[in-house]
Amino acid sequence: MADLAVDVSDLGKRYRVGIGADYTTLREHMSTVFRSRRAARDDGEPRDLWALQDVSFSMVQGDVLGIIGRNGAGKSTLLKILARITEPTTGSARIHGRLASLLEVGTGFHEDLTGRENVFLNGVVLGMSRREVQVRFDEIVEFSGVSRFLDMPIKRYSSGMKLRLAFAVAAHLDTEVVVVDEVLAVGDSEFQRRCLGKMSDLQRSGRTVLFVSHDLGTVAQLCPRTIWLAAGKIHADGPTEEVIGAYQQSFGAPEIAARLGRAGGGPVRLDSVRLVTSDGAGLEQLRRGDPFTIELCFTNDETVIGLDVGIYLEDSRGVRPLDEGLSEVVGLDIDLSAPGPHKLLLDVPAPLAAKEYVVGVWLGTSTEDFFDEPALRFEIKPALEDSRDAIGKSRVLHGTGRWRVMSP
Amino acid sequence: MQGKPSAPPEPVSPAEPEPEPVGGRTPGGEPARDDPRTAWVVNRAPTARWQGVDLAEAWRYRELAYMLALRTFKLRYRQTFFGIAWALLQPLVALAIFAVIFGRFAKLPADGIPYAVFVFPALCIWTYVSTAVSAAALELVSHQELVTKVYFPRVLAPVSALLPGVVDLVISLSLAGVLMAATGVAPGPAILLLPMWILLSCLVAFGSGLWLAALNVRYRDVRHALPFLLQTWFFVSPVVYSSSLIEDGWLRALFSLNPMAAIIDGLRWSLLDAPAPPVYDLISGAVTILLVVTGLVYFRSSERKFADVI
Repeated sequence: MADLAVDVSDLGKRYRVGIGADYTTLREHMSTVFRSRRAARDDGEPRDLWALQDVSFSMVQGDVLGIIGRNGAGKSTLLKILARITEPTTGSARIHGRLASLLEVGTGFHEDLTGRENVFLNGVVLGMSRREVQVRFDEIVEFSGVSRFLDMPIKRYSSGMKLRLAFAVAAHLDTEVVVVDEVLAVGDSEFQRRCLGKMSDLQRSGRTVLFVSHDLGTVAQLCPRTIWLAAGKIHADGPTEEVIGAYQQSFGAPEIAARLGRAGGGPVRLDSVRLVTSDGAGLEQLRRGDPFTIELCFTNDETVIGLDVGIYLEDSRGVRPLDEGLSEVVGLDIDLSAPGPHKLLLDVPAPLAAKEYVVGVWLGTSTEDFFDEPALRFEIKPALEDSRDAIGKSRVLHGTGRWRVMSP
Repeated sequence: MQGKPSAPPEPVSPAEPEPEPVGGRTPGGEPARDDPRTAWVVNRAPTARWQGVDLAEAWRYRELAYMLALRTFKLRYRQTFFGIAWALLQPLVALAIFAVIFGRFAKLPADGIPYAVFVFPALCIWTYVSTAVSAAALELVSHQELVTKVYFPRVLAPVSALLPGVVDLVISLSLAGVLMAATGVAPGPAILLLPMWILLSCLVAFGSGLWLAALNVRYRDVRHALPFLLQTWFFVSPVVYSSSLIEDGWLRALFSLNPMAAIIDGLRWSLLDAPAPPVYDLISGAVTILLVVTGLVYFRSSERKFADVI
């Protein structure tokens, strides 16, 4: 155990979500103090929320660990405890050496400072010394690709430039343990490719990496081992393929209704996701080569401007043969100026390999996510005439889906 | 914290040049005992035991305080017309008003020194303390993003708020020197103690800033109480009047509970050769120390919850 890098034992984090938890003015605090102690306790206790409970795991130096789980499963709480931003209620987390987390991309950036000034500020905020930033400055700038605008306040940058600069700083931290949270999902594909390359570099250089993502494909690609968090506890911990497989199994049909029920966080709610034929009839069974259509019903409670919809198909290895965004289609808009139900269809044209898939749905705007989770699991069975080796053949179909907006 | 007997070799990416060794390494290349690269960092559930301020850690993070202060300083006068001249304009305008109202109309005594010269240094140091206190009080909340996303010794937030004002203070005190030269007021040997009064004023701002910053995380009442608090503090401090106006006895002792009393008396003594601070000002000094110590204790005891509550 000489080269243990991360040692988490019995970790628990309780948030109080009841009386006395959220008072922000003195008067409110006073009023809780003057309640009888006993009454306060009786009211308060049932509202404890354990964001994490009994979480134990360890990593040796050079380990790359994926962490998956639904929204609210405790992933960010775990990261926050590892990064010492918040303290646990029980147990302990020990890190050998320094930890940098890429969930802090752009922290400390100030719009009125120039790119150069922000690189130094951000680097120091993330735990580098000014000298370390100086040493790596050229590398950082080159990676970000914004060298021409270095002496311009970043309020004049595009959001993509800001992000690239921020990621470049974070990616050049020289710490022993690195935590990556979902940041790779941003930027254009060229930049994403470079980020992934950087991740592999980290891995090769023997850094200990914790990688948190909804993108199971990237997890499968980068991490040999994965932990699945569910309701604050470790639900599974083992080889990535097994854990991801089990995770996807959990999105079985019976669960969908229940899961969609909790999708009401924002002004847009997902009502249903179905597989239908191109003219909208229900589908019982799918054979390889059958064209099919994904039908999405959702409701907005208030006016939403700039809603975008994404649909992807993902197999058990995390590969996405189809990944479509509504905004990529010119001239197709949904009118969400008044509350009401909406229906969207996505025709999936070409043959997919015969296996199990998960339909993931994203609803959101450029600034906000309303829904971003796997929503439906289905299986494509081999076509009757398929030979054994034709079964697994499929093509990457990005951009071939056809969107249709229907009046519900 | 558990130490490890020997450090494993530093992993170095072939693609990246090894960064120059920075703080924490001894010249021989052996990791120092408290090298953050090889030390265990522990985040465990709180125990009842009081934990002191980790000065070594705060020192390791000193550049963060510096960078935050630098950011505030750079931003303060960016895109302004008068720029750094604001550091002079603010106390000068206040001086003009006070000189007319208190010096001309109310004819407040000024220990035999021209009223404007008598008031200006006190006004400078008061401006510094009040700006630093409100900056320190609001620092954590205005940098919420930092508190909820990165770890750093939280105490550095109020520390960083103390720094930018020092530049303004030095500039405005130089103007005080010009005023003195113009009116023929010369300092005595006590001028050597000038840095001490500035340091003391930093401590006062630090102590009150710690209290208010920690309170403000929890109770946003602080933001609203602050202007009122500072205004009251201004009038109980001998800025526009001389502390010799208060007669000796219990009233004077009460008056000296204000940590600013000693600082202003001392500053006038150093700069204007006014009478030396009276014994009562020892009370002032003691209150300053008490303020800093209790401030640290309160801040430490609440800082672990900052990220959850803020």
